Amino acid sequence: MRTADTPTSQNSLSEHCLELTDDFTSGEVNFIKVEDFKFFYGKKQALHGINLEIPSRKVTAFIGPSGCGKSTLLRNFNRMNELIPGVRHEGDISIHGTSIYDPSVEIIALRRRIGMVFQKSNPFPMSIYENIVYPLRIAGQKDRSVLDETVERCLRSAALWDEAKDRLHESALGLSGGQMQRLCIARAVASRPEILLMDEPCSALDPIATAKVEELITELKKDFTIIIVTHNMQQASRVSELTAFFYLGNLVEFDSTHKIFTNPAQKQTEDYITGRFG
Amino acid sequence: MGGKSITTEPKGSLTREYRPRPDLFRAACWLASTLTVALLVFILGEILYKAWPAIHQFGFGFLSGIQWSPNRGVFGVLPVLIGTAASSLLALLFALPLGLSIAIFLSENFLPQPIRQLIRFVVEMLAAIPSVVYGLWGIFVVVPLVQQYGAVIAEKFGFIAIFSGPAYGNSLLTASLVLALMVLPTITAISRNSLVAVPPTLREGSYALGATRWETILGVILPTAAPGIVASTILAFGRAMGETMAVAMLIGNSQRLSWSLLAPSNTLSALLANQFAEAEGIQVSALMYAAVVLVIMSLCVNVTGEAVLRRTQRSVVGLK
Repeated sequence: MRTADTPTSQNSLSEHCLELTDDFTSGEVNFIKVEDFKFFYGKKQALHGINLEIPSRKVTAFIGPSGCGKSTLLRNFNRMNELIPGVRHEGDISIHGTSIYDPSVEIIALRRRIGMVFQKSNPFPMSIYENIVYPLRIAGQKDRSVLDETVERCLRSAALWDEAKDRLHESALGLSGGQMQRLCIARAVASRPEILLMDEPCSALDPIATAKVEELITELKKDFTIIIVTHNMQQASRVSELTAFFYLGNLVEFDSTHKIFTNPAQKQTEDYITGRFG
Repeated sequence: MGGKSITTEPKGSLTREYRPRPDLFRAACWLASTLTVALLVFILGEILYKAWPAIHQFGFGFLSGIQWSPNRGVFGVLPVLIGTAASSLLALLFALPLGLSIAIFLSENFLPQPIRQLIRFVVEMLAAIPSVVYGLWGIFVVVPLVQQYGAVIAEKFGFIAIFSGPAYGNSLLTASLVLALMVLPTITAISRNSLVAVPPTLREGSYALGATRWETILGVILPTAAPGIVASTILAFGRAMGETMAVAMLIGNSQRLSWSLLAPSNTLSALLANQFAEAEGIQVSALMYAAVVLVIMSLCVNVTGEAVLRRTQRSVVGLK
């Protein structure tokens, strides 16, 4: 350990942080890889051959008008689309080089490694505590100290600890709209996933609650690979490092958010972000 | 035609309201609703009035007395109260697991929608069968079954008080089994409604956390629908308690206290149905007293059930 020869604890702490940061920035470039991915709802084709490589520990925003396929793609990363009858796909999506469609992949295990936050907050009608430990309980975790530790860790990482610590055993339905959504984020990170999918997480929130969640996203990207679908262009430019623009089931452009919003390569992208259509 | 005159009248003023004699309509509604309340008060008043001599004579001892012998002028309904509670609770014990299973089955997509629709229709049709038909069916099917298997049970497990013999065909168990079928539609329909009302976002949320279908049903869907399921159970309890004809035909009409499920018993409503025709004098009044007790019990149970159901609807709406 490099920390061994540092004189004060203050220093050792900062060293430690530095080490962690080093670790995080050395993430994979093509952590999630989408290859010629096509998706169909019955006869209707929603995605037309998407190719995309998403790096780890970055925030990637999916933007585009309604029905462009951005949510469809998002919901394929944890195979949530398969709950809908009559869907099928072609092509492949891989994480860490492993295809999520490999027959040996268990959907349950996949979903535990990928947290998801929905458009409408969906706390279960039980206590704040039970909401967060739900994924642990279904995984068979019974150790009280592990559960307690998880609740505190998750609430802290969702910036909800101070507001909720005195009412952990009260119903989650007593929280405000913004708090509920942050609780859902806390619950989504409880099983220590690597990826966090967010499907328009702020569309039902007021500006103040939205600001808090956005702040949280920038905080969370240190630990998670975040993919966020948003209709809010300002939000995409505020929170993301990379932006993918979708239109009519095609990926039109994928680049750094700065590039997309200042100097897009495609005319369609420019038209959309300047509000000429959509 | 009123409507026509409005559309064809060119000078129709926007400020003048078209009112089809609202005062008359309002009066009719007011009368109808007042009459309903008045009717309930009248019925309650009438049975209380008829029961008054017995209430005066027996007081609360009526509720704790274990003898019912009209010939000696002794009236106590404790065995009947116990029979009422026992037959209803036993019916729930049989009907709740079955009804809830059907409700879960009908609210999930295990089967294609048309088949689920058909099963739902058939279960709800159970409620359309007249009570007396259940009674007849019970006499021809359930009574022989209980007699046959009851004897075996009494022989093998007779040392347990609730299975002690001799096994009668007309017994608490027989009545409870048929009651269970009769309250099944109530439990299934209301439970299914509250299961279907669980917001789909909760289901999605559970799946996204890596839960299986059964973990989702047991961990999220059932707890969310629980108040509605409780309400369905309470309402079914009320229905079982007031059920008369089939029970009167099957329960054996015995006011003797017995621990055994295989022994005949009686319920308040069956007692009234069986004895009222031949009753006279103070016995009529005693039966009216029993009717007062039954009405109060039924009202309490139903009001509780409705209150729980209403609270459920509010909380589920709050979730959406």
